[in-house]
Amino acid sequence: MTDHPAPPKDLPKDPSRLRIALQSDFFYSFRRSPVAVVSAVIVLTMVLAALFAPLIAPTNPFDPASLNLMNGFTPPSTPNAFTGDSFVLGTDDQGRDVLSTILYGMRISLFVGLAAVLFAMVLGISLGLLSGYAGGWTDTVIMRAADVQLTFPSILVAMLIFGVAKGVTPVEYRDQMAIWVLIVAIGLSDWVQFARVVRGATLVEKNKDYVAAARLIGRRPGAIMMRHILPNVLSPVLVIATISLALAIIAEATLSFLGVGAPPTQPSLGTLIRIGQGFLFSGEWWILFFPAITLLTLALSVNLLGDWLRDALNPRLR
Amino acid sequence: MADPVLSIRDLTVEIPTRHGILRPVDRVSYDIAQGEILGVVGESGAGKSMAGNAVIGLLTPPAHIAGGEIRLNGQRIDTLGPRALRRLRGKDIGMVFQDPLTSLNPLIRIGDQLTETMLTHLDISRKEAEARAIAALDEVGIPGAARRIDSYPHEFSGGMRQRVVIALALCAEPSLVIADEPTTALDVSVQAQIIALLKRLCRERGTAVMLITHDMGVIAETADRVAVMYAGRLAELGPVRDVLTKPQHPYTHGLMASTPLASRGQARLHQIPGAMPRLDAVPDGCAFHPRCPAAQARCTASPRPVAQDGAAACWFPRIKQEVS
Amino acid sequence: MALVRVETLSRVFDVSKPWLNRVLERSPKTYLTAVSDVSIEIEARSTYALVGESGSGKSTIGRMLVGLLAPSGGTVEIDGVDLAQERDAARVAAVRDRIQMIFQDPFASLNPRWKVRDIITEPVAARGGDTSGLAEELLEQVGLSARDAGKFPHEFSGGQRQRICIARALASKPELIICDEPTSALDVSVQAQVLNLMSDLKDDLGLTYVLISHDLTVVQHMADRIGVLYLGRLVEEATPDDLFASPRHPYTQMLLAAAPRMDGFGRDIPPPEGEIPDPTNPPKGCAFHPRCALATARCRSDRPVLRDLGGSRVACHLAE
Repeated sequence: MTDHPAPPKDLPKDPSRLRIALQSDFFYSFRRSPVAVVSAVIVLTMVLAALFAPLIAPTNPFDPASLNLMNGFTPPSTPNAFTGDSFVLGTDDQGRDVLSTILYGMRISLFVGLAAVLFAMVLGISLGLLSGYAGGWTDTVIMRAADVQLTFPSILVAMLIFGVAKGVTPVEYRDQMAIWVLIVAIGLSDWVQFARVVRGATLVEKNKDYVAAARLIGRRPGAIMMRHILPNVLSPVLVIATISLALAIIAEATLSFLGVGAPPTQPSLGTLIRIGQGFLFSGEWWILFFPAITLLTLALSVNLLGDWLRDALNPRLR
Repeated sequence: MADPVLSIRDLTVEIPTRHGILRPVDRVSYDIAQGEILGVVGESGAGKSMAGNAVIGLLTPPAHIAGGEIRLNGQRIDTLGPRALRRLRGKDIGMVFQDPLTSLNPLIRIGDQLTETMLTHLDISRKEAEARAIAALDEVGIPGAARRIDSYPHEFSGGMRQRVVIALALCAEPSLVIADEPTTALDVSVQAQIIALLKRLCRERGTAVMLITHDMGVIAETADRVAVMYAGRLAELGPVRDVLTKPQHPYTHGLMASTPLASRGQARLHQIPGAMPRLDAVPDGCAFHPRCPAAQARCTASPRPVAQDGAAACWFPRIKQEVS
Repeated sequence: MALVRVETLSRVFDVSKPWLNRVLERSPKTYLTAVSDVSIEIEARSTYALVGESGSGKSTIGRMLVGLLAPSGGTVEIDGVDLAQERDAARVAAVRDRIQMIFQDPFASLNPRWKVRDIITEPVAARGGDTSGLAEELLEQVGLSARDAGKFPHEFSGGQRQRICIARALASKPELIICDEPTSALDVSVQAQVLNLMSDLKDDLGLTYVLISHDLTVVQHMADRIGVLYLGRLVEEATPDDLFASPRHPYTQMLLAAAPRMDGFGRDIPPPEGEIPDPTNPPKGCAFHPRCALATARCRSDRPVLRDLGGSRVACHLAE
């Protein structure tokens, strides 16, 4: 009956996860796409630069001791008329090095973006799984809540939450709270798309026979959702998460630009743009230009990466 | 004998991949004469549908015809451009697929789909086309054809839909019909109806039929000749009775013997060891040799045996034995 | 005593349109009776086959047997325990361990993100049992290699996947395995391998099979007893020899005549009439009467009950 010889005593170990990953079609399609590789390199560089900002930034823009007001409005790569100091990307009105503020600003922007997407993801995946697997009234309640959420523009939701939070927190904690309120505000306006996609995929997966096989041995619904269905609905989530990250970074910048986001003591890229636009018409273009171009590059690269991911994970296009 | 309607010579289809070039169809040759039903059988991955798709120019890139030629009524069609092929598909070649919904537009009434097809390909007036559409539906056994002509595809059951598809495939009076697993999705009783219908209509009109299926029973009852495919290659080609009762190729023999019917009364079924090779690992020489009980040294070496009409692709064909 | 005792089993599905559509279109609720009044007994160590076309309710019965679906009426007793009624959790778990299932689609029945080892051992791991070496042992039992345990399902062909499904079904050492179209997605030569494997395992391990299939040739080869279903009802039950030699119900006769035959060269028989009726609105009387050539006035009004006829059971007024 068996047409295989007896197995050798020492079975070869299962190949490592890294080896599997490097030989996969997924990695192959990544290497074949120049856009994906360039975007990934840019995103990775920016993330690393943000992470190690204190080490690589020429100055600490938030240390008053290192600032010299005489250095204010120094154009990029030109020695200052009074102090003779030179800054690659110039300085702002208070003499802060623009390159350093951008590096620190990216830290805030990326942190808020990542945390907000993570928050939206956890909320959306949990509710989507529950909604799709339980069905019935649970499904109806969650999905109607999602519909209501979608009728508000996300910026409006964020501003509402921001306003409420500002009202209930004492003045001295406001600056510290601001970042967390931003994360919750952006995350709350973003969970619906995760929930919808996960619910749709769950509806497909739960009718497959591997779920029936788990049910008939008496596995509990929680275990089936987490161990069986969840790993199979994550591919589309990954795509949405990437594109959401770009949107969250922009949303954060928008809110900060409108003055309801990151405070000037912890400026994000959006805050820097808001500060910079005040000087645009007096000729100090670099204070606005460099933070804006950084934001653009970051959002665009993340988006392009998301686009490639969607194509690579789409089984119909393979 | 008159020229065959369809003539395929050394047809090869290739798919370039990162692991090398795959050949889902490898030097396949067969003819279909007027009024003849050729059954193309094989297991999944044997290349039977791919060969059909190559004929109608519906290969999905990167798959492409890499060699050989296809002639329809004497004219080469493998070199035609996409526009000419599209004309050919409605006019000279009718198609019936496993899922009737792939051939029917869900948003257009079936009567309009029939008349549009006829107006595009035949030189007739709209009034005549409409009359012919009703006649066509009537002919494929749709009750109340004059009334049902205004229905949408979703208003029909699976079996009725497949009847509509057959009417659509035949309405422009093609000389060849390619039916790819036309009854696989249907129940046994409906399958019998559809097979009988296809058989009758094509006999009456002298249409040549390429019937692609994995079901040996359907082939036995329907086809005049049969082409058995294995790993993209033709294993055996000949009259259906000869191939099924006196298979020359050990694969055909194994396939016939492993059906539960052939092993009636025995506790175990005849079993071919192993599995059909994947396309990226087709062995040298005869592709069947690793599973073949009669394989010899010559079978493992190039050149491989190539099938011709009535002669199996085997160096040591079985001649006399008969399957019980 | 029979291992499985099914009594007057029925199952109704609510297939109504959504509430809002019903209100707007003033349409009533629609119900689909998938299984109706089915009673069967299955002896231990035998193979009982359920055959029928789509809509016959054969898969629904299979799912009720393993407890994936609750019956709307009637009972399923496995060795005297009714899974739907039993309150003692320990007894339920004990019976669950003794039932397993093999599914039709070998591509959907294995979790694509799990390694074969984890898939096979799940029935045991879920109970906290010892799984060391279990997957390797089972893989060899079903004709695969022990080193396949570390692979993922996509690395296997359809036939190999079905072997993995069988290995998983064997993990909890069951007595009863429900096989829902186990070979309909497989090619003929692979089907032969899987059917042979199933026969061998049945002999070696003393298994009882419920084989659900639409393929009469498979059923004839495997079964000890065959139940023919039409529109959710059992219309005939007999041994394969009786059923294939002298089918008594007109539906069985039609089914046997319509099945393509390997030796039916150029066979030109009149194909069967009509199609399977809409199961939400089945015909009155005998459900088969609109397609039956022998139907009488009585067939149109009275539903025939299942009668014992020389070792067989037939639900037809005219059978004798």
